Amino acid sequence: MDSIRQAFELLFSFDKELWQIIGVTMRMSFFSTTISCLIGLPLGALLGTKQFKAKSFIKKTVHTLMGLPPVVAGLLVYTLFTHYGPFGKLNLLFTVEVMVIAQVVLITPIVIGLSSSFIEGSSKPVIETARGLRLSKSKTLFLCISEGRTSLFSVVLSAFGRSIAEVGAVSIVGGNIQWKTRVMTTAIMLETNKGKFSFALALGIILLLIAFIVNALASFIVKDKKA
Amino acid sequence: MKKVLAILLVAVMLFSFAACGSNKNETTAASGETTAATTPENAVIRLSTTTSVNDSGLLPYLLPTFEKETGYKVEVQSAGTGAAIQKAEDGNADLILVHAKQSEEEFIEKGFGVERLPFMYNYFVIVGPKNDPAGIKDCKDAASAFAKIQASGSSFVSRGDDSGTHKAELKIWGEGKAPDASKDKWYVSAGKGMGDCLNMASEMNAYCLTDKATFLSMQKDLNLDLLLEKGEDMKNTYSLIAVNPEKVDGVNTEGAKALIDWMLGDEASKLIADYGQEEYGVSLFTLLEK
Repeated sequence: MDSIRQAFELLFSFDKELWQIIGVTMRMSFFSTTISCLIGLPLGALLGTKQFKAKSFIKKTVHTLMGLPPVVAGLLVYTLFTHYGPFGKLNLLFTVEVMVIAQVVLITPIVIGLSSSFIEGSSKPVIETARGLRLSKSKTLFLCISEGRTSLFSVVLSAFGRSIAEVGAVSIVGGNIQWKTRVMTTAIMLETNKGKFSFALALGIILLLIAFIVNALASFIVKDKKA
Repeated sequence: MKKVLAILLVAVMLFSFAACGSNKNETTAASGETTAATTPENAVIRLSTTTSVNDSGLLPYLLPTFEKETGYKVEVQSAGTGAAIQKAEDGNADLILVHAKQSEEEFIEKGFGVERLPFMYNYFVIVGPKNDPAGIKDCKDAASAFAKIQASGSSFVSRGDDSGTHKAELKIWGEGKAPDASKDKWYVSAGKGMGDCLNMASEMNAYCLTDKATFLSMQKDLNLDLLLEKGEDMKNTYSLIAVNPEKVDGVNTEGAKALIDWMLGDEASKLIADYGQEEYGVSLFTLLEK
């Protein structure tokens, strides 16, 4: 109860640091979701509609990567971007950019896996229609994605949910630096480590509120289009 | 084929359960022999402590001896000093081992702790890039080194997590004089544990205030040198405090007392004084005069 009160007090006190953290969180989640979907949805559609030799192997790999532990994704990206690593020259470690990269590694398999299952289940009539209309291959693929958009919309939201709630990977590559790479989840982690449990919980409530607002806005927009 | 596989899988799982079970029996039998049937009634002691004494390897080095001699089992939870104390206040620990005098005194004032027993110390050290761009090597204490780092604009990684080390750092900057991370870009407030901060300092060519034990245990993987130690303002004292059973429910008072008595006793003192000699050629902790 104390935490709920604290959460609202914090929100309405317009604390500069809190809003900066929310800003970084939104920027990071938005870009990681967008990039993963740009890569993942077409690949998912391909995997869902095409028949080819290594399909079952690729599907198993994708499903395994869907369970990739965030810490492992973080470590992987860390070793790539560390000072003496292959991309060390770019000086990207401990920036929001590299946090997005780590999350793309983490989320893209989820987008591919979920969207391919959805499309696989719903694409047959679409493909037949497309064949009847003699549409090109890329147009058929686009039609599959656009016909399944309601279910694919939930894929995008899952990706966003994963991105905004994730702590392991962004903590390793971002470093939780105040005023720079601190996001809601790493801030919650920090307050927990400080022993300020009720304040940490208040931040958690704010994070849930943000996620709810984003979900509500997104479904509002989608419904609008349908009508 | 599928059925056979399923049965095999179940069999393997059952076998592994059985293996765990028999292992347990063996260990209890073994400890039963060595402790000559003196296993105490409430055998679990919950010790809430800071990362520096656990991650440096001190507790894993000391506690097996204590457990063997007394039959107690110590469950160590390590976190920053702030969280370590909070856990004890929430009734999740029997005693604490921490290093932040002011927080310790508050803990006792609020009635959660019985008595503060300072028993060992070491020095915080300042580590930094090997070429020492701010030139702090010959400073006489941490305060003057910090002033030089600030003037040179070299990066500095701060724990920023309310831990004992963070509080010590703020004290060295002086009341209200700590840099403001929102404006001073060279001052990096990481909000992370000691090991993470050292890695970060190494990546960023930055300075960092750390306990010596953690630095030595990680040194070979870091691009950092030990630049300053043993300034008067860098002393780091560790204390034991038993949780007050009158204020907190379910405390294992006898267990806490047994562990405190043992830690302050001659055998543990000798073990602590020797710790680090073999691996690093220096003692990592020094006992306070009794």
